[in-house]
Amino acid sequence: MLDVLAYVVIGASLAYAAWCLYAVVRNQVPREPHVIGAGVVELLLVVQLVVAVIMLAVEGSPDQLGVFIAYLVVSLLVLPLGLFWALAEKSRWGTAVLLVAALAVPVVVVRLQQLWDGVGG
Amino acid sequence: MGDAPATNTGPGRVLIAVYALFAVAATSRSAYQIATRFDEAPVPFLLSAFAALVYLVATVALARPGSTAYRVAVAAVLVELAGVLIVGSATAFGAGDFPRDTVWSDFGRGYGFVPLVLPFAGLWWLRRSMTASRS
Repeated sequence: MLDVLAYVVIGASLAYAAWCLYAVVRNQVPREPHVIGAGVVELLLVVQLVVAVIMLAVEGSPDQLGVFIAYLVVSLLVLPLGLFWALAEKSRWGTAVLLVAALAVPVVVVRLQQLWDGVGG
Repeated sequence: MGDAPATNTGPGRVLIAVYALFAVAATSRSAYQIATRFDEAPVPFLLSAFAALVYLVATVALARPGSTAYRVAVAAVLVELAGVLIVGSATAFGAGDFPRDTVWSDFGRGYGFVPLVLPFAGLWWLRRSMTASRS
């Protein structure tokens, strides 16, 4: 996996999480800018998916290919599912759902990195 | 909905999101264990799969309205609490060769101790939503 890209994705999702936290503290419901923000992070995740697929083809696959692909799929699903669950809640708790989803993304990306590098567990 | 407690609004919304995350995390963990070393160690796999099931049931039960779903949610969260306390104690205080790599090992240390806090948050929320529905 491309380390630089992973750091960009992690940085973007943490920034988005911080923004959501700020909105939760200020008692804001999830609004259009939050959807756009999630879209930006999602776009980076799609780029990461494409790069990962290319690198799988060029450099060969990690030991746990199936699990790696499962994590790739999960990485793309977290934010859309989070949005779906958040937008129906017209209170600050909807924004808090986005915060949870945003914090899950870096965890998934780090696991992807570990699987790519062949670190166990 | 009647008088059944509404567990899927407000803070419950966040709680369900976290439960769903842990359902996925425990499922992927057991999938990883099947893929790598099921033959030599079926116990971690079974424990992870059991934890995944508990989280899944809790997620669905909390998200659904109705008094049956509420009771299922209480049961699932209590099983989860027992699971994290038993597996957590057995691993943290070194009882034999208990599996170290499940979501509940060392009280969920590998997951920032969220698995230890989650059932208490779940019970608090179930209690609070019950009180709210009665008032």
